Amino acid sequence: MSAYDKVLAARDAKKLMAVDYISHLFGDSFFECHGDRRFSDDKAVVGGIAMMYDMPITVIGLEKGRSTKERMERNFGSAHPEGYRKALRLMKQAEKFHRPVLCLVDTSGAFCGIGAEERGQGQAIAENLMEMMTLKTPILSILIGEGGSGGALALAVADEVWMLENSVYSVISPEGCASILWKDSTKAAEAAECLKMTAKDLFDLGVIERIIREPKADNQNMFESLKLLISRTFEKNMSVSTEELINNRYNRYRKIGDCPQEEVIE
Amino acid sequence: MDFFTFIKPKNELESSMENSKQNRPFVPDAMWIKCPGCNTMLLATDMEENLKVCTKCGHHFKMNARERINLLTDKNSFEEFDKELESTNILDFPNYDKKLSDAKSKSGENESVVTGRALMNGIEVVLCVMNPDFIMGSMGTVTGEKITRAFEYATKNQLPVVVFTVSGGARMQEGILSLMQMAKTSGAVKRHSDAGLLYITVLTDPTTGGVTASFAMEGDVILSEPNALIAFAGPRVIEQTIRQKLPKDFQTAEFVLEKGFIDAVVKREDLKKTIVKILTLHNYEAKEGE
Repeated sequence: MSAYDKVLAARDAKKLMAVDYISHLFGDSFFECHGDRRFSDDKAVVGGIAMMYDMPITVIGLEKGRSTKERMERNFGSAHPEGYRKALRLMKQAEKFHRPVLCLVDTSGAFCGIGAEERGQGQAIAENLMEMMTLKTPILSILIGEGGSGGALALAVADEVWMLENSVYSVISPEGCASILWKDSTKAAEAAECLKMTAKDLFDLGVIERIIREPKADNQNMFESLKLLISRTFEKNMSVSTEELINNRYNRYRKIGDCPQEEVIE
Repeated sequence: MDFFTFIKPKNELESSMENSKQNRPFVPDAMWIKCPGCNTMLLATDMEENLKVCTKCGHHFKMNARERINLLTDKNSFEEFDKELESTNILDFPNYDKKLSDAKSKSGENESVVTGRALMNGIEVVLCVMNPDFIMGSMGTVTGEKITRAFEYATKNQLPVVVFTVSGGARMQEGILSLMQMAKTSGAVKRHSDAGLLYITVLTDPTTGGVTASFAMEGDVILSEPNALIAFAGPRVIEQTIRQKLPKDFQTAEFVLEKGFIDAVVKREDLKKTIVKILTLHNYEAKEGE
């Protein structure tokens, strides 16, 4: 599969979405929470509390929706500031009750619109990055489709970041990149190669920890093994001290783009 | 031919220009600058003397990092950090090597941010100033690294940080690695903040994308120069997405102030004294003997 094939697979409306993962992984135990307590309830973000074996966890997903009607309601998975603030509220709630946080990322990006700008899209994302960096409870982010730039990163500051084999994660869409670079958005396939946005690329660059096989909707066993993997990771991270957890998270990002000409200031 | 051609006696230069396409008087390009705010032709030297602000309408022209540092810091007090750090083409991105070398020769800098330590009216600060002449202040890995190091230095030495932003956003030629700098810098800002230290951001025209969605919006106090474009998604992207024209003042500093996302719009001539005032209000004092 070429990089652009992966982009198309990641965008495929038939693939599994965040709500599908939630129902396969947690079944009826999921209790959905709504609203950011400031402005409204952004349906591009679905979040709540669920049971992972005997461990309560907080799960937050960016959800694109499947049918046209659902996609409209969910704004195609592009969150407004209130969506990121809702996510942060749920993370803070998780911190209070010391529940680990699972984020499922699938978005073409944060929404670009008048209301989003008026309500501080940049500020909302920035606040998530800052707060997630020191959230005193384990965070695991899994890219289950598209990882579109800052809008994806706002749910992907974590102790570990995993990607499904057919997911992509990039600073800009290949179409956007092609239209800026070559003034030709039809060269998206070339741009996708250049951007190094597949799971394999990101693993090689040291940006993610794990590549996950794409679970099939009719194969519950695959979800069971994914669930086991997630819960083991949480157990491991629940057992380290909060200070160590946060230090490790800081260093995880600190080393990305650490310059080869490393020199200590004074 | 316009009206004046008939009544104005021609000098030698004008006569020789008569057949040129534009038929305009001969002036060296660098001498006059047209103000995009009010269309006035400004004498370049006048504008430079006026801190690169239009003498007529107050439009703030872009300033490079060195000009800002000279304007803000006490004479000879700036000590630069990591001057030698430079970006490489990590992803083998097409034409990026050339883009980098062009940016270096155009700006005379190695990266899109200059960082260091300086005094402002005797008060010691860590200063990061982004540079519009370097790929429009885009954030690459070295940009993120320099800003992170500056914050780490400030945290270790209990110093306040002042950051001047100007940026088109994350640098796509460094792909996901530039996106990760948003998280990395935010982590360093958070540590500095948790240590109880002051961080002032000054947004200048334009501050957009990944920089807006990270350290630009994380200051304890956020200032902006007048009329600066402050956005997450730039106006063109939004117009393409929603297919409607945007209101005239949308995403200006004044608009963002009204929406509640910055503390004040401050004219360039008042920036230094405003920053010093905020530092003083946080009990930072001039160093002994300054």
